[in-house]
Amino acid sequence: MVSLSYYLLLSGFLFACGVVGFLIKRNIITIFMSIELMLNGVNLSFVAFAAHWHVLAGQIFVFFVMVVAAAEAAVGLAIIIAVYRTRETLNVDQVNLLKL
Amino acid sequence: MNPMLNLWLIPILPLAGAAINGFLGKKSSRTAVTTVALFFSGAAFAMALWVALRFSSLALPYHEYLAHWIRSGSFSVDFEFYLDQLSLVMLLVVTGVGFLIHIYSVGYIWDDPSYYRFFTYLNLFMFFMLTLILAGNYLMLFIGWEGVGLASYLLIGFWFTKDSAASAGKKAFIVNRIGDFGFLIALFLLIKHFGSLNYDRVFQSVLPMGAETAGAGLLTAIGILLMVGASGKSAQIPLYIWLPDAMEGPTPVSALIHAATMVTAGVYMVARSHVIFERAPMALSVVAIIGTLTAFFAATIGIAQTDIKKVLAYSTVSQLGYMFMACGVGAFSAGIFHLMTHAFFKGLLFLAAGSVIHAVGGEQDMRKMGGLRTKIPWTFWTMTAGTLAISGIPGLAGFFSKDEILWRAYQASWAYWLVGLVTAFITSFYMFRLWFMTFFGEYRGETDAAHGHDPHGTSDAHGAHGHGGVHESPMVMVVPLVILAVLSVIGGYVGVPGSLGGNNHFDKFLGPVFHVGAPAGQEAALGEKNAPEQETEGLEPKTGASTELMFTGMSVLAALLGFGLAWQLYYRNPQLPEKIAASMQGAYQAIVHKYYVDEFYGALIVKPLIEGSTKILWQGVDRNIIDAAVNEAGDGARHVSDEARHMQSGNLRSYAGWIAAGAAVVIAFMIWKWTAVR
Repeated sequence: MVSLSYYLLLSGFLFACGVVGFLIKRNIITIFMSIELMLNGVNLSFVAFAAHWHVLAGQIFVFFVMVVAAAEAAVGLAIIIAVYRTRETLNVDQVNLLKL
Repeated sequence: MNPMLNLWLIPILPLAGAAINGFLGKKSSRTAVTTVALFFSGAAFAMALWVALRFSSLALPYHEYLAHWIRSGSFSVDFEFYLDQLSLVMLLVVTGVGFLIHIYSVGYIWDDPSYYRFFTYLNLFMFFMLTLILAGNYLMLFIGWEGVGLASYLLIGFWFTKDSAASAGKKAFIVNRIGDFGFLIALFLLIKHFGSLNYDRVFQSVLPMGAETAGAGLLTAIGILLMVGASGKSAQIPLYIWLPDAMEGPTPVSALIHAATMVTAGVYMVARSHVIFERAPMALSVVAIIGTLTAFFAATIGIAQTDIKKVLAYSTVSQLGYMFMACGVGAFSAGIFHLMTHAFFKGLLFLAAGSVIHAVGGEQDMRKMGGLRTKIPWTFWTMTAGTLAISGIPGLAGFFSKDEILWRAYQASWAYWLVGLVTAFITSFYMFRLWFMTFFGEYRGETDAAHGHDPHGTSDAHGAHGHGGVHESPMVMVVPLVILAVLSVIGGYVGVPGSLGGNNHFDKFLGPVFHVGAPAGQEAALGEKNAPEQETEGLEPKTGASTELMFTGMSVLAALLGFGLAWQLYYRNPQLPEKIAASMQGAYQAIVHKYYVDEFYGALIVKPLIEGSTKILWQGVDRNIIDAAVNEAGDGARHVSDEARHMQSGNLRSYAGWIAAGAAVVIAFMIWKWTAVR
């Protein structure tokens, strides 16, 4: 039996990777993938706790997160395509029209 | 049980006429507009006559309940109608004279491009006036009261493109607001202390109360406040100033609203509230004094006016003063009697003046008239009847009513009587002055070729119509004149006083209204009220018919003196008045400028108001405080945002960094907290 702390460490590591990737990358797709990475890091901690405490709620919550993530992926990718079509770049530093 | 009279139809009929003409009149022909207007006002008159015919079979006062209006706790106001002898007299006068003036207007206003608008307003006025008269409670009376004010405003400003007409309308409206303020407070007092505005219920509550002889009390306050309202609507001191300016309106309007009907609403209201006034001797004295002063004051201004309509306007103010004098001495039926005869002869005088103005092509200045006697005979003869009636020449309507008032005034105090008598003399003088200046001597206007030219750019729509020469008015205008002239001659015979061999039918007819509910010991109360004024108590106010006859003789003498003086000054020696005016420059100028009352009000009230509004309220409060606060708030927000927007770099990763850092801080805080608790 692997103890809970290992799961949590892995979960924290995945989440931290996501945060760092989100912060340093400029390509929208990479940023997007980093977000997924953060979500899955959180998912991991959910299922780990669910198994540890023998409570189903955490696992069910993961389904919700996945559903939201899937929806987000669909919308996000559509936006990315639209942005690429109009701006011909995926560099977030150049997509800042709303700035004063 | 009373039969259902459907009184509500009487006001609704003219309203229907106003609605039809108002919405459809613009596209209809003049004939159609005329038909609608005359039909509905005539129908109201016909219905009033029908009610009068059935009157003797009614149990009075007759009530008619239409619908709920306001229900709040124990307080309620309904749409209800009320008919007694007093309402009936008013009803017949208003619908009858109103209908005649409608007919006259057809001829008078025919050439005006806003023909339909005129009749819409006129019918609207009839609606509100009839609501006022037939109301069953004070609030409905107030609706009518405000409504006639609105109609008056619209009609004074009928030629609103003319600046003076527009501002005269505003002046009338605003001055009336001051009076309405007092009226409203009186209504609030009634609600507070009697819990009702219904005539019956208020009067039932007031009846057991004794007269407030010892000092001013609730009823005195209500009475004086009602009188404030009445002095606004009925043009009494100190609020009479709007009425002469109201002559900017078309002449039929002056006849209908500013002579015969609307301005008498105040008298009607005071008479209607007689139960309250009879128990408030101080309020009654206020009414009598205001009336007496107004009668005298306005009459003296009338002497020097040169505009034919202005003379009549001041005459109206003065005659209204007589009515209030009558009410103030407790002779309500005499006041209403004079109201009725005044409606006949003053309506007639205004319409005849309109006919004169029509004949000379829009000129209103009497100095440019003269010698019109043979040129417009119908107008001349009808106006003669009106002049004789108002001057109090025996046998005509005004004689009986004015005599009755003076006699009753004498019984209250010789001071009222004396001022009234002098006023009667002045009245006779300025009316015959008008008569001589207009109809006798040589025609002083421009030659016929210039007819139709309008020197002041003022006055009536007729300025420009094509036919030449001084000419008599069309039949549609002459017929109402003749009818009113007949009424002015015979109208007084309904109230011939006992001393002249009559039996004063009118007083007896109104008796059930006014003689019910005088408080116990009222005679004593009235005596006490007059105590300070009775230095000449030896005259013994209660005297017999022969004394009354003597007083009648003195009234007649005053009237004849007025005639004689006018004859001397304006017929035999037409150059004399100027010499007299020149020798009494100071007094003459004061009268010509109406005692500078308008200027006085302007300096005392209007100018400080304008200055205060401009300097303090507008430039001070509005600009420097309210606007400044809003502007400062806006500027402040912009400055802060100017600084704060630098946080928004547009760099997505920096945002994310801030979020991460924030999350880290929150987590760190929670861990620290958690460990600290442990």
